[in-house]
Amino acid sequence: MENLGLIFAPLFSYKLLIVLFFGTIFGLILGVLPGLGPTTGGALILPFTMTLDPLSAIVLLTAIYCAGTYGGAITAILINTPGTPAAAATCLDGYPLAQKGEAGRALGMATVSSVIGGIASVVVLIFFAPLLANLAYEFGQPEYFALAIFGLTMLASIGEGSPIKNLIAGAFGILISTVGKDFMTSIDRFTFGINELTEGIGFIPVVVGLFAISEMLTQSTLINQIFNRVALKAVKLPSIDDYKKTWKTIIRSSGIGSFIGVLPAEGGTVASLIGYAEAKRWSKKPEDFGKGSIEGIAGAEAANNAATGGAMVPTLALGIPGSATTAVILTGLIIHGVRPGPDLFREQPEFLYGIFGSMLIANILFFVLGFFGAKIFARITLVPNKLLWPMIFAVSVCGTYSLNQSIIDVWLMLLFGVIGFFMRRYGFSVVPVIIGLILGELVEGTLRQSLVIFDGNWLMFLQRPIALTFFVLSLIALSFPLIKRKKKNDKV
Amino acid sequence: MNDVHKEKGTNKSLSLFFKSSFIVSAVIIVISSILLYFTFTFDIVPPILNRGIQPATFPKALLILIIALTLLTYFISLKNPWKNEKKLPNSFYITLLSFVVFIIVSKFLDFFLGIALLSIIVSYFWGERRVTYLIMVSIIFPLIVFVFFETILGLRFPPGIITNLYYG
Repeated sequence: MENLGLIFAPLFSYKLLIVLFFGTIFGLILGVLPGLGPTTGGALILPFTMTLDPLSAIVLLTAIYCAGTYGGAITAILINTPGTPAAAATCLDGYPLAQKGEAGRALGMATVSSVIGGIASVVVLIFFAPLLANLAYEFGQPEYFALAIFGLTMLASIGEGSPIKNLIAGAFGILISTVGKDFMTSIDRFTFGINELTEGIGFIPVVVGLFAISEMLTQSTLINQIFNRVALKAVKLPSIDDYKKTWKTIIRSSGIGSFIGVLPAEGGTVASLIGYAEAKRWSKKPEDFGKGSIEGIAGAEAANNAATGGAMVPTLALGIPGSATTAVILTGLIIHGVRPGPDLFREQPEFLYGIFGSMLIANILFFVLGFFGAKIFARITLVPNKLLWPMIFAVSVCGTYSLNQSIIDVWLMLLFGVIGFFMRRYGFSVVPVIIGLILGELVEGTLRQSLVIFDGNWLMFLQRPIALTFFVLSLIALSFPLIKRKKKNDKV
Repeated sequence: MNDVHKEKGTNKSLSLFFKSSFIVSAVIIVISSILLYFTFTFDIVPPILNRGIQPATFPKALLILIIALTLLTYFISLKNPWKNEKKLPNSFYITLLSFVVFIIVSKFLDFFLGIALLSIIVSYFWGERRVTYLIMVSIIFPLIVFVFFETILGLRFPPGIITNLYYG
């Protein structure tokens, strides 16, 4: 708590304020463009962050995360296409309200509820992350192994799509992390005689390939898509009556979003769907949902922005990403040589509190920019895909090449782009691949070190209470989809 | 409810081997099996140097897990058939082909030329016919990106017929 004052440090650094300003604008642009969003945008910007110091780099990425999550609402409301997956629930009521000629009111409510959700989640982050980090001091290798397994199973069960397919994708991500020299014995694995592969497959080619290039291929199948745009005169602040209707929903969704965000899962997307469903369940007029309910917009938007701060909790405290975008942020931390975890809280509090403060400022900045600039940002969607995606390709290729100056990285990026496209086409999410890749070294390293400690006795894992708790939670997480399916079948 | 049954019935009438669930599962299993075979070629660490498990054990376990889960997904899909995906449009194959063009041109001729060619192919076949915009997207923008990376990030691009002109 003695470090709380450090939160305000970014306010006194003109460099960080400039980074925050541009990060917020860039995040809004990415959020507005369907198919891009903060995850792909963060992946594209990663190589550029190498020119910045670690704090500025992470501040830039977090500003993109906060603003991009909100930006998705602009297109969701105006063209019925979520700029980001997290804004999918916003379409349900945002677009019908805009069609009634109240686009400004819908965007105003989305902006206000996003800011409240975002700020509430940063408060959760500030108080909860240090507590979780303190708890992590008790963790040894077996506990970290069990935690990583728990993270992966949570991702499989709560994340979008089929849990088994998510597990396959996660295992594939871990498998990618085994390419190269084995870190314990220096024996080559899956290198096929290619020298460049002995160092392993980098994060950047995989992340850019799976997000940006696979999206480019997806867009190539949608070139005849036509958007019906709703005219926007100006964003309006919600009226007193709107606040009366929605304040409970905003508070509830902020809590739901922060909680879902903390769980190692898909963050904003799941949070907004649950936030929306709960808003409907508690509403006095559930029949208005889907027809332009202001509560529906508030419920979805407060929840998805609240997930941003929540998802940063396990990312910073344990090094386990809470969402797809935080997986990119975690990649940023790793390539800048920052290892998240309890030691980071003890040794570099100014770094962490700088991030917390920056997230607060980013929320205020996107409120101002979103409120006065939504009309301009909405015009960005007019840039046709036939011009936008070739440009994104050029940036992706140069960015990927820049990190190791390796043409193999560029080819790997294209390969993962193709793999990512077919994965998405057949219902496999690409997010578990990234999280598996990030956690791969942790999973294998902690497993092998634990087995050394246990002298090869696997049953010893069950004698460690914290590890056992995580294994039990993993089993619960795995059985959750089965219970959900059984309930659904019973209902039918 | 009737529609659901009809839909399921239609899928059942399809040949088992042409269902997308079968093809996808088969591709995953074949690739995983090939990789599993390669794990048997990894060097073995002598017991005295071995820490915990052999370097091949962990990838082997992952590949077996992937194969088992894929089989499980396939058997579940027999009960709840996957929806049959629409055929991919020509624009997809052209974009994919442009990746191949990029790889060949960037490897044997020039990196910058590869990006320019890909950009013009993609932009043209996605519907852009205005010459000014085609030049902008294939030459001017890649040039800006090239100069930005070269000057600000201090990046040295691989040699090629155009890049060599720039570097003198």
